[in-house]
Amino acid sequence: MFDDRSPIYRQIADKIKTDVLNGVLAGDEQVMSTNQYAAFYRINPATAAKAFQQLVDEGVLYKKRGIGMFVSPAARDLLREQRRKRFFTDVVDPMVAEAHAIGIPVTEIIERIGGHAREERA
Amino acid sequence: MSLQVEVSDLRLTYGETVALDGVGFTLTGGKIYGLLGRNGSGKTSLLSVLGAFRRPGAGSVRIGGRPVFENAAVTRQTCLIREAGEASAIGTVNDALYFAEALRSTWDAAYAERLLDAFQIPRRKNVAALSLGKRSALGVVLGLASRAPVTMFDESYLGMDAPSRYAFYEELLADFMAHPRTVIMSTHLIEEVSSLFEEILIIDRGRLVLHEQSEALRGRGVSVTGPEEEVGRFVAGLTVLGDKRLGRTRSAMVYGELGEERRGKALAAGLELGPIAIQDLFVHLTARKTPDAGPGERS
Repeated sequence: MFDDRSPIYRQIADKIKTDVLNGVLAGDEQVMSTNQYAAFYRINPATAAKAFQQLVDEGVLYKKRGIGMFVSPAARDLLREQRRKRFFTDVVDPMVAEAHAIGIPVTEIIERIGGHAREERA
Repeated sequence: MSLQVEVSDLRLTYGETVALDGVGFTLTGGKIYGLLGRNGSGKTSLLSVLGAFRRPGAGSVRIGGRPVFENAAVTRQTCLIREAGEASAIGTVNDALYFAEALRSTWDAAYAERLLDAFQIPRRKNVAALSLGKRSALGVVLGLASRAPVTMFDESYLGMDAPSRYAFYEELLADFMAHPRTVIMSTHLIEEVSSLFEEILIIDRGRLVLHEQSEALRGRGVSVTGPEEEVGRFVAGLTVLGDKRLGRTRSAMVYGELGEERRGKALAAGLELGPIAIQDLFVHLTARKTPDAGPGERS
């Protein structure tokens, strides 16, 4: 779901998601604590905690009592699936709209992408 | 330990001037609170009463359930650092530390020493002879090391330069996390410090305008940008705090939560939605063009 509100906790949650997607954070790996995040970003610890809570609700992180927060083993697949679903609406559709606005025919885009596909095969 | 701060129907006047006009709120404690207001809005008056520097004109101020004025049991647990930092002609920096320690059982002398080094404050120099920057920094040191259950900074750090202020923010956060307590900071530097606050109170002309969680406040304002007619149609019936126009493009600042349905409509209509910084919200919420503004204040 596209969202334009960007409270700090959301930005932190997005950063952690990106780290999970890129494999910087692996499944079952412990993430930094709320306090470490708060100190690093110079934000109120309650704000950092809110980001973590959102990620727990979304199934990206899980909590081990008294130890800390860990990346869910399924988090990466989950996030990839979400981003895949959004890829066409968030990336392809706006690109086609832009192309239309500046007069690039869709066939030319397809041709270009075909070039990338040939490179991939080569 | 955290103490609840309860203010109800607080009034304070200086002669003819009404500084606080029926202010009321409850702080549950154990959080960092931001107190925002324009010059002369009553921030310092409010903190002076909370810190028991002034007697309430009417209404009540209770900390931990007890009235604060001339109540040593409460004032030992509160610490108010005023605007100019530590300005009293108390003697040397070492003397100021000595008195601070004598007044408070929560004082952490080792921490104070560390902070003096961090802010490079000369210990043997007279407080009155310190530069504004160092005096402000000394105020901040006294406030932090007091570890008072209710610690208040009344723009105490304004005299400090940017690197020192950032060092202060980092110290405040680190020490708050290690020793949770109630911290109230009044400020003008909203952009710079608002990320430190868990809750925000805005006062204007002696009245409380809002008291909200800062993250909720961040989601509260939305800028709606697009073709003039589309924006006009979209914001009809909503609270519009401000407007900007560039040719046929209009950007309206809407106050209040937009539901998913409305957001969808905005996007479908080709309107751009964006967040509003707390500083911008503050400027508009305290602008002098509300219908109840006095005739002399209309611009």
